Amino acid sequence: MTGRNKWISLGVLALLIALLPLFFPSGYYYRVGALIFVNALSVVGLVILIGYAGQISLGHAGFAGIGAYACALAPEHLGLHPALAVLLGAVISGVMAALIGKPILRLKGYYLAVATLGFGILVSMVLTNERALTGGPDGMNVADLGLRSLLRDMGWRLSGGEFWYMICGVVLLVGAWLALNLFDSPSGRAMRALHGSEVAAATVGVDVPRQKLRAFVISAVYASVAGSLLALQNGYITPDVAGFMHSVEMVTMAVLGGVGSVLGATFGAAILTLLPQVLTVFAEYEQLVLGLVMVLVMIFLPQGLLPSIARRLKGRDE
Amino acid sequence: MMSKTTTALATLAALGALSGAAQAEIRLGVSVSATGPAAFLGDPEAKTIEMLVEQLNEAGGINGEEIALTLYDDGGDPNKARTFATRLVEDDEVVAILGGSTTGTTMSILSVAEDEGIPFISLAGAISIVDPVRANVFKTPHTDRMACEKIFTDMQAQGITKIGMISGTDGFGASMQAQCKEVAGDHGIEILADETYGPQDADMTPQLTRIRNTDGVQAVLNPGFGQGPAIVTRNVAQLGFEIPLYQSHGVASDAFIELAGAEAAEGLRLPGTALLIADKLAEDDPQYKVVTAYTEAYKAKYDQDVSTFGGYAHDAFALIVDAITRAGDSEDPQAIRDALEATSGLVGTTGTYSFSPEDHLGLDLSAFRMLEIKDGDWLPVE
Repeated sequence: MTGRNKWISLGVLALLIALLPLFFPSGYYYRVGALIFVNALSVVGLVILIGYAGQISLGHAGFAGIGAYACALAPEHLGLHPALAVLLGAVISGVMAALIGKPILRLKGYYLAVATLGFGILVSMVLTNERALTGGPDGMNVADLGLRSLLRDMGWRLSGGEFWYMICGVVLLVGAWLALNLFDSPSGRAMRALHGSEVAAATVGVDVPRQKLRAFVISAVYASVAGSLLALQNGYITPDVAGFMHSVEMVTMAVLGGVGSVLGATFGAAILTLLPQVLTVFAEYEQLVLGLVMVLVMIFLPQGLLPSIARRLKGRDE
Repeated sequence: MMSKTTTALATLAALGALSGAAQAEIRLGVSVSATGPAAFLGDPEAKTIEMLVEQLNEAGGINGEEIALTLYDDGGDPNKARTFATRLVEDDEVVAILGGSTTGTTMSILSVAEDEGIPFISLAGAISIVDPVRANVFKTPHTDRMACEKIFTDMQAQGITKIGMISGTDGFGASMQAQCKEVAGDHGIEILADETYGPQDADMTPQLTRIRNTDGVQAVLNPGFGQGPAIVTRNVAQLGFEIPLYQSHGVASDAFIELAGAEAAEGLRLPGTALLIADKLAEDDPQYKVVTAYTEAYKAKYDQDVSTFGGYAHDAFALIVDAITRAGDSEDPQAIRDALEATSGLVGTTGTYSFSPEDHLGLDLSAFRMLEIKDGDWLPVE
């Protein structure tokens, strides 16, 4: 990916975010849009981990859970402003990722998948069982960010949907910009090198464990911020956010859209967020359709929807 | 099948394809957890509401207007529930929302309903839904606290003052455990042992042995639902307890007796609703008509027994129909909310509802009946 490509990707994303509301028939679409952006943000993090560095994680919902509950707990118990709580959650997630990443990133393939899965389940169990703190499976309220009423006082009236559409859109843009910058940076090159062959990368001087850990920590912070945004937006949070299915959903979105591409990840997130909304009339078959889509993509478009389509359009192999 | 079509049509109408036809209809929104981990709640709720809408429309609707039902399945996911609530309000433009099978989904729908001023009747148990009272939020199930009080009242009558508790760590068990501990003192009950078990545990003998070895325990109380209470019941029988066992309203279904075994369950008591003893209600019982009409129609349509949870949905629907009828204006959520708050003496399957500005639950302890299992069947105590 050249520098020009980076700006094209960002430009397309920014245009989509800015122009789509023109076609929204009702306020409900802002809510769906904001959800897509939140999901896309955590999937962009996974693009760095899976797409760049070639590592797998089935436990990233755990980090989303940490981010979400940081926003719920810190304002209540530490008197922290919710915006600062987002940062606190990101820091805790990053530190946690660094601590657990060190030993488990030595594992490969299935073993790494199972280890990360274990981490995710642990977080969700703690959130479910520490009832005195987290309210248990019933969940807890999340303090309001306060920014919307601030804007209203300044004369800018926004509905909740519009406000969160904007916030999530901007955060996604920033996240995508950082991820695209990383791609061509020395770290990004090192990550992609070890993705190709760890032995070869080590031979040319890449500090393999360090780069793996870096990718893991960065992607954990992405998931954490996404979890925080979700909590603040919903105003209520339950341990479901850290659940195993949420982790699987994230990986599915990444793989579906194209795990090596930031734009593809957003595309995957959009499809899988929209699908349940479109399929409400036959909700019972939602899982079936999801599974079928996944199998077909893996067989016919192994690189994910967007990169495969892009190549088809160019009419040649890269 | 008819109702599926109605749902589909309602969705289409909301999408604008049939926007002209939607004028003379009352748009009602529902979001329940018909699939996923809370499906045992949401499935009978969805079926009940679909059946009742069909019945009502066949009978001519409310003041000549039919109900257009939009029903979404949130799969027990609070995040989805919030999205569907937004969709119901913003896109489908409903005048009232029923649903929220679990406390989590209810809390998500609740804030949307409050923001947009749409009346919402929840089907979840937690007391925090209606305490503090929120302008637009009502609920039909009795609270865990009421179940505790009913059980403790019965214990008092039996001269029991010292008990051991064993609770599930799922949402239901945890909430009821906390509520029971809060009100135990008011009834002169002392909790000597307080054990817990995980929802997936297969054996509770260690916890129960500890309770048995606690001096002075006169009864055991088990807040929880799902398979846990059935295992506790079996274990209590295996350990040869000679003190009474009390279960919660969370297991009030025939499936529980099957799971625990009629022999092990013999003599245990729990608070339940009139639905469980539909066939044993006296004809002059105030709930007789409502309960038999519902149980017979449901059985005929789905070939399944009714559950307490479906009953909550039945009552929520009855409440909203009653409110819309009295409001006179089926287009104005505010008028419907006001009418709902003025509900008085509406007989449902769970109990008799009377709302007031200070009380959005509207049930008292008489809604519960103390039941005892005798020969594999429920019998009312008294």
